[in-house]
Amino acid sequence: MVASANTRLRLETAHLTALFAQHRAVRDVSLLFPANTVTAIIGPSGCGKSTLLRCLNRMHELTPGASVAGEVLLDNVNIYAPDVNPVELRRRIGMVFQRPTPFPTMSIYENVAAGLKVNGRRPKPEVDNAVSRALQQAALWEEVKDRLHTSALDLSGGQQQRLCIARAVAPAPEILLLDEPTASLDPAGTQRIEELCHALKRLYTIVIVTHNMQQAARVSDYTAFMYLGSLIEVGRTDELFTKPKVEQTEAYITGRFG
Amino acid sequence: MTTSAFRRHLVSRVMTVLVVILSFTAVLALVLILGNLIAKGASSIDWAFFTKSPVPAGQTGGGVANAIVGTGIIVGVAALIGVPIGVGAGMYLAEYGSGRLGFLVRFTADVLNGTPSIVVGIVGWTFIVKPTSHFSALAGSVALAILMIPMLARTTEEMVRLVPNSLREAALALGYPRWRTSLKVVARTALGGIVTGCLVGIARIAGETAPLLFTALGNLNFTVNVSQPMQTLSLQIYVYATGPFDEWHRLAWASALVLMGLVLVISLTARWVTRQRYGRIR
Repeated sequence: MVASANTRLRLETAHLTALFAQHRAVRDVSLLFPANTVTAIIGPSGCGKSTLLRCLNRMHELTPGASVAGEVLLDNVNIYAPDVNPVELRRRIGMVFQRPTPFPTMSIYENVAAGLKVNGRRPKPEVDNAVSRALQQAALWEEVKDRLHTSALDLSGGQQQRLCIARAVAPAPEILLLDEPTASLDPAGTQRIEELCHALKRLYTIVIVTHNMQQAARVSDYTAFMYLGSLIEVGRTDELFTKPKVEQTEAYITGRFG
Repeated sequence: MTTSAFRRHLVSRVMTVLVVILSFTAVLALVLILGNLIAKGASSIDWAFFTKSPVPAGQTGGGVANAIVGTGIIVGVAALIGVPIGVGAGMYLAEYGSGRLGFLVRFTADVLNGTPSIVVGIVGWTFIVKPTSHFSALAGSVALAILMIPMLARTTEEMVRLVPNSLREAALALGYPRWRTSLKVVARTALGGIVTGCLVGIARIAGETAPLLFTALGNLNFTVNVSQPMQTLSLQIYVYATGPFDEWHRLAWASALVLMGLVLVISLTARWVTRQRYGRIR
């Protein structure tokens, strides 16, 4: 471990099972996400990695017919406990999706400020600061600082995705969930997002879902391999990719299936 | 060229010609109506037509200022009543209407959409004219609003459903409550389509006559009092076109032209708003 002081417990799943009606998309997964690290979840399409991610901020339950069993612990509090408000929980956990989702009716500035305003009114200088800080964190500031009040749709796909990252980090969440954030980007855009992961883990605990193993190897400290809804193996990324302990993991990372 | 290729080519040609002819026939109806109205009505349109009220039967001159203002007031009040209810119902159907109540509301709206407008007029008469014991513009507005609500509910629902689910999820993931997601992100994104739907609905009711026969009744004098009977262009056309005087027929043609022009302007505005919307969403 790089810095043991930073590995205090933040987020953990305990025997987590996620269902779509009767279908078990995630099966009994217990997984620890150490603070200020990047954890990658890899696996073939349909293995439940995105569903697992969506359980971490209670987005999964928004799908009609979806349900969850088991626990997700955030600082030792089960986020599925009855007294936890999912809306307030999501303000502590930022999320970025596969495709960029800028709000089409809002300017660049309004997009980044969107998550701040929902937390109650704040004085304008404070919002201005938070917006520019978030855009700097997302490495977008230099490109948009002169056109903050133009439409977010005028940005390129890669810029839009970084805008979504800025929007997610603007309210200063504790955790950042990335659901295949580079799936719709070209190599240059992908590289920028990956660089961001390195920079942002100093501030946030990051969980990234990816079907790209090279990406997992490049950005993450820990990697979890899932197959058919189950967690097959988890470990430090360098170890998992060089000395996998489970036969299935080795088969997957060497490209023999999936 | 083989025989089958030749056949396909021929069939394709014939069908293309057929479709073009049918399209022109559809457009022809509008051209004939507009041409006829302009030919028979345009000459009667002058300053007095817009500024004067009708003169007693048998005299020449006068205008339809009362009907133009009446149309504006009755349709305007109908929109004030109908737009919030219709758009609200549509938002509900699209965002929350997946359950039993949603099914019921959707079904009711569809039935109401198919209800003959004269029936809606009788409803207005029964529930407003009879209890208050006189005809009124307000009763007419309510009848028109009843016609408008199901139309707006269904078009709003369709427009809101066009908003990609990924935007809803993005807002919810930011910690937006459901209602705020619907209002600040979904409704705002669909706004162009919703406004278009409202304008089309207003254009539709602006030309209605039957629901007004039992409610607003018509009035040959200029009035802005909504508790009194009031004239609209459609009622004016109905009375003048069926009347015995040439002068009345002349004014009926002119009124029809003005009403048609009004509807056309609203429809064109709706198109313009839609174009703006596509320019923004892509």
